[in-house]
Amino acid sequence: MVNIEESNDKSLVGHTPKVPVARAAMRSQDHAEARDLGQEKAAKVFEINGLHAYYGDFCALRDVQLDVHQSEVTAFIGPSGCGKSTFLRCFNRMNDLIEGARVDGEMRYHGLDLYDQNIDAVEVRRRIGMVFQKPNPFPKSIYDNVAFGPRIGGVKKSELDNVVEKSLRRAALWDEVKDRLGDSAYGLSGGQQQRLCIARAIAVEPDVVLMDEPCSALDPIATARIEELIAELKTQYTIVIVTHNMQQAARISDRTAFFSVEVSDSGRRTGQLVEIDRTEQIFTNPEDPRTEAYITGRVG
Amino acid sequence: MTPLNAEDLRTAPGRRARSAGARWLFLFASIATIGVSCLIVWTIASEAWTFASQVEGSQLQTIGWFPRRGMFDLSTLLVNSAQISVVAMLVAVPSGLAAAVYLSEYAHPKTRRVIKPTLELLASVPSVVLGVFAISFITPAVLSRFFEDINFFNKLAAGIAVGLLVIPLIASISEDALRAVPMALREAASGLGARKVTTTLRVVLPAAVSGLMAAIIVGFSRAIGETMVVTIASGGGDTSLFDLSLQESGGTITSAMAALGFGTDQVAGNDLAFQSLYFLGALLFLITLGLNFIGNAVVRRMQERY
Amino acid sequence: MSLLSNPAQIAQRATDSLQLKRRNDVWGTTFKVCLFALTAFAILFLAVLIGVMVVDGWPVLSNRLSVFLSQGFSQRSAGDAGVWQGIIGSLQIALTTAIFAVPIGVATAVYLVEYAEGSRFARVVELNIRNLAGVPSIVYGLLGLTVFVKTLSGLTQGKTVLAGGMTLAAMVLPIVVITSVEALKAVPSGIREAAYGVGATKWEVVAHQVLPASMSTILTGTVLSLARALGEAAPLILVGAATGFLSFGDANFMETFTGPFTALPVLIFNFARQPGEDWSANAAAASVIILVLILMINGTAIYWRNRLEKKW
Repeated sequence: MVNIEESNDKSLVGHTPKVPVARAAMRSQDHAEARDLGQEKAAKVFEINGLHAYYGDFCALRDVQLDVHQSEVTAFIGPSGCGKSTFLRCFNRMNDLIEGARVDGEMRYHGLDLYDQNIDAVEVRRRIGMVFQKPNPFPKSIYDNVAFGPRIGGVKKSELDNVVEKSLRRAALWDEVKDRLGDSAYGLSGGQQQRLCIARAIAVEPDVVLMDEPCSALDPIATARIEELIAELKTQYTIVIVTHNMQQAARISDRTAFFSVEVSDSGRRTGQLVEIDRTEQIFTNPEDPRTEAYITGRVG
Repeated sequence: MTPLNAEDLRTAPGRRARSAGARWLFLFASIATIGVSCLIVWTIASEAWTFASQVEGSQLQTIGWFPRRGMFDLSTLLVNSAQISVVAMLVAVPSGLAAAVYLSEYAHPKTRRVIKPTLELLASVPSVVLGVFAISFITPAVLSRFFEDINFFNKLAAGIAVGLLVIPLIASISEDALRAVPMALREAASGLGARKVTTTLRVVLPAAVSGLMAAIIVGFSRAIGETMVVTIASGGGDTSLFDLSLQESGGTITSAMAALGFGTDQVAGNDLAFQSLYFLGALLFLITLGLNFIGNAVVRRMQERY
Repeated sequence: MSLLSNPAQIAQRATDSLQLKRRNDVWGTTFKVCLFALTAFAILFLAVLIGVMVVDGWPVLSNRLSVFLSQGFSQRSAGDAGVWQGIIGSLQIALTTAIFAVPIGVATAVYLVEYAEGSRFARVVELNIRNLAGVPSIVYGLLGLTVFVKTLSGLTQGKTVLAGGMTLAAMVLPIVVITSVEALKAVPSGIREAAYGVGATKWEVVAHQVLPASMSTILTGTVLSLARALGEAAPLILVGAATGFLSFGDANFMETFTGPFTALPVLIFNFARQPGEDWSANAAAASVIILVLILMINGTAIYWRNRLEKKW
C-alpha cells in the first residue's frame, strides 16, 4: 500500500530520518482510499454522546458529541484550558484517579459503555494506552520499562524478550538501544524517552493509543521523528492526539476536532466541542466562525 | 468490528483479588498505629486509676518520695523534674538557637558542612553516655570547682547534661523555621539599608517566631521525658527527699518510674508502689501530650497572624 | 544640615555615612561572634565528651579490649567484666525492632499516601503519629511491660528480646511512618500515571513502581532511626533487661530471642551505678564502643543515602 521510493517530498531536504520516508506518499494514498471507501464506512471505535466532565462541582467540559474511527489519527486542537486533555483522559478512565472527577453522558467503545459499573478500568487502560506530555519512563532499565506491562499481564518470561524487541522496533527505537537494554531509561534523550514511552504503551497490544501533547517537551527534530512514527503506527492502532500545535494536527491527522472555551460570569472556564470534520475540511473550509478565527490565528 | 461485552473487559481475577487484598493490608497497618495509642492509654489508665482511687491524701503530701514506704509526695518529683528541665532549657535554648541562626544566616557552606554533621552526631549520643559524662566529668571536674559542697549526684549536672542532649533538637527545628522565611524578606531589609544583624534580629527572627517557639516547647517536652541521664546523674530514683537545692540529688518523674519498674518482681512493702509507676506514667504522658498540643496551637496561632 | 544641598554635598554626606557604618559595626560583629561561640559551645562539649570517655576508658580499651568485648558482664571484679552480651542483645533487639516496625510503618505510609491522601482518616492517623513521636521512651517501656511482657507472655515468654524488640518497634514506628511518607511523596506522579496507563492495578503500581523507587530512602531512614533506638535503655529496663546477672545457658540462637537478655546501653547504666574507678572505666569504655557502633551505622546509612539518591 505504501510506496516508499516514490516520495520526493522537498520539505525533507536536509533532514535525514532513520525511519523510511513515507509520509507524503502515505497520506495521499490514505485520502484516496478514504474517498473510495466513503468517509463513514471506517469502523467507529468510540462513539461519544452528550459527554460532560466535572471536577467536583466545576464543569470542565460540556456536551461533547463525536466519533473516533478505526486506524485513523484524530486530533483535538484548541486554546489552552478548553478541556482537551481532560477529554482525552476520559477515553481511558484516567480521570478516575482524580479525586472528585466525574463523567456524565455516554462514551461507547466498540459499542460498550465505558463508564458502566461492570467495566474494569484496569483492562480498559490496557486496551486504550496513553502517552503523556512529559516523557515519564520508569526509573528502571530500558528493557524493564517496556516489559512492565506485558509482565503484569501474564506474559511468560520466555516470551518477554520477543515482545520487548517487537515493541521497540515498532516504536523506531530498537536500533538505537538494542545494545544497551539494561541501561537506565534516564540516560536516553528526551525524544528517545518519549519513543520508549510509546514502545511501553504498545507493548501491551492496545487497540487505541491516546497521546497528550506528546511532542510539546521535545525539540523539532525529535518532534518530526515522533510524527513519522505516528503515521506508521496508525496502520495498526487508532490514535487520538491532543496538540496545541495546529500545524502538527494539519500534518498528521485524518480528522480534527476543534474545542473552544466558554467563560462564565464567575470566570469559570468550560470547554466545548465546536466542530469536528476531516482535517482538510477543518483547515481549508471550516463551518464555524470560531474555528476559522482560531485557524487563521486571529484568536490564540 | 463486533461489539464488545463487559466480560471481555476484565482483568485476571487473581490480579484484582491481590489489589483488593493489598488495600486491606495497608489499612490494617494504619489502624495498628492507632492501636498503639489505644494500648498506651489502656495500659496506663486502669492501674493509674487504681492508684488514684486508693491512695490517701496524706500519702501525697509527705516529706518526700518513698514509694515502698507508702509515701508518694508528687511535688518532690514534679519540682525536681521542673528544675532539671529549666536548667536544661537554659543550656539548650541559647546554644541551639544560636547554632540555628548561625547555620541559617551566617555560616559559609564549608562551615555548614562541618557543623551540621557534628550536631547530628551530638543528637545520636545515647542518653546513658551523657549520664556517664555527667558523673565522670561535669560534676567532678566542673561543678566541684564552683560548688564545694555539691553532692556527687546532683540536679545541676543532670540538668546540664539533659541540656546538651536537647541542643540538636532545638537547633534542627529552629533551623527549619528560619530557612522557611522567604529570601525576599531578607532582601527587602537589606535593600532598605539594614545591616545583617538588624535584618536577622528584626526581620528574620520575628518571621520565624512560631517555629522557634515550637522548637522550645518540643525541647522542653523532651527534657521532661528524659530518663537515663537523670537516673544516673541525679540519683534519688528510689527515694527522694524534698529539697529545692540544685546541689542535691533528686528523683524526677522519669527516674522514679525507672526505679519502680526496675525491680517489679521484687517490690516489697507497700502495694501501691507498683501502681504508682503507672500513675507517674499517666502524669508524664499527659504532660508531654499537653506540651505538644500547646506547641501545635502556638504554631497555628502565630501562622494565622502572618 | 539644610535640605537644600547641592549634588556635591549630598554625595559627600553619603560617603561619610558609609564610612561611618563600616568602622563602627561593633554590634554586628559582636553578635556574629556570640552566635559562633554559642554554637562552638555545643561542639566543644561533644569533643570534650568523646575525649573524656576515651581517656577514662583508656585502661580498658588499651589493655584488655578483646577481653572486654568477649566477656559477660556479671562479674565480681571490674577487671573481668565485658560487654559481649550487651552487643549481642542490642543487635538482636535491633533486628526484632526492624522486623516489626518496618512492615507496619511502611504499610501505614503506603496507605496514607496512595490510598487515603487528604481524607479525614489520614488526618487522624497523621495526628496520632505526631503525638506518638513525642511520647517519652519510658512510657513505651510501660507499654512493653504491660502488654508485651505480661499480656502476650505466651508469645514473648516474658522479659525477652522479643518483648524488648516489640517495645522499641512501637517507639520507632512513628519515625518510620514519617520518613516513609516523605519518601513516597517524593516519587513523581508521572510514574504512577504511566503505570496505570499500561493497565496496572493499584497494587501493581505500588509494589512494582512506587515502592522500589522510594525504597532506598525508606531504608536509610529506617537504619538511622534504628541507630537511635540502639541507644535507648529506659524502655528496656522496664521490660526486664538484665542488669545484675545474665547467663544464656545452653540456648541456641533462636531460643535466645525468648530468653533473658540485656543490651549495651543497659550495661553502661549498670557499670555506671557501681562504685569505684574500675567500674567507671568500664562504663567509659562501653560508652566509646557504643559511640563507635552508632557512628558506623549512621555513617553507612548516610553513605548509602548519598549514593542511591534518586535524581528525578
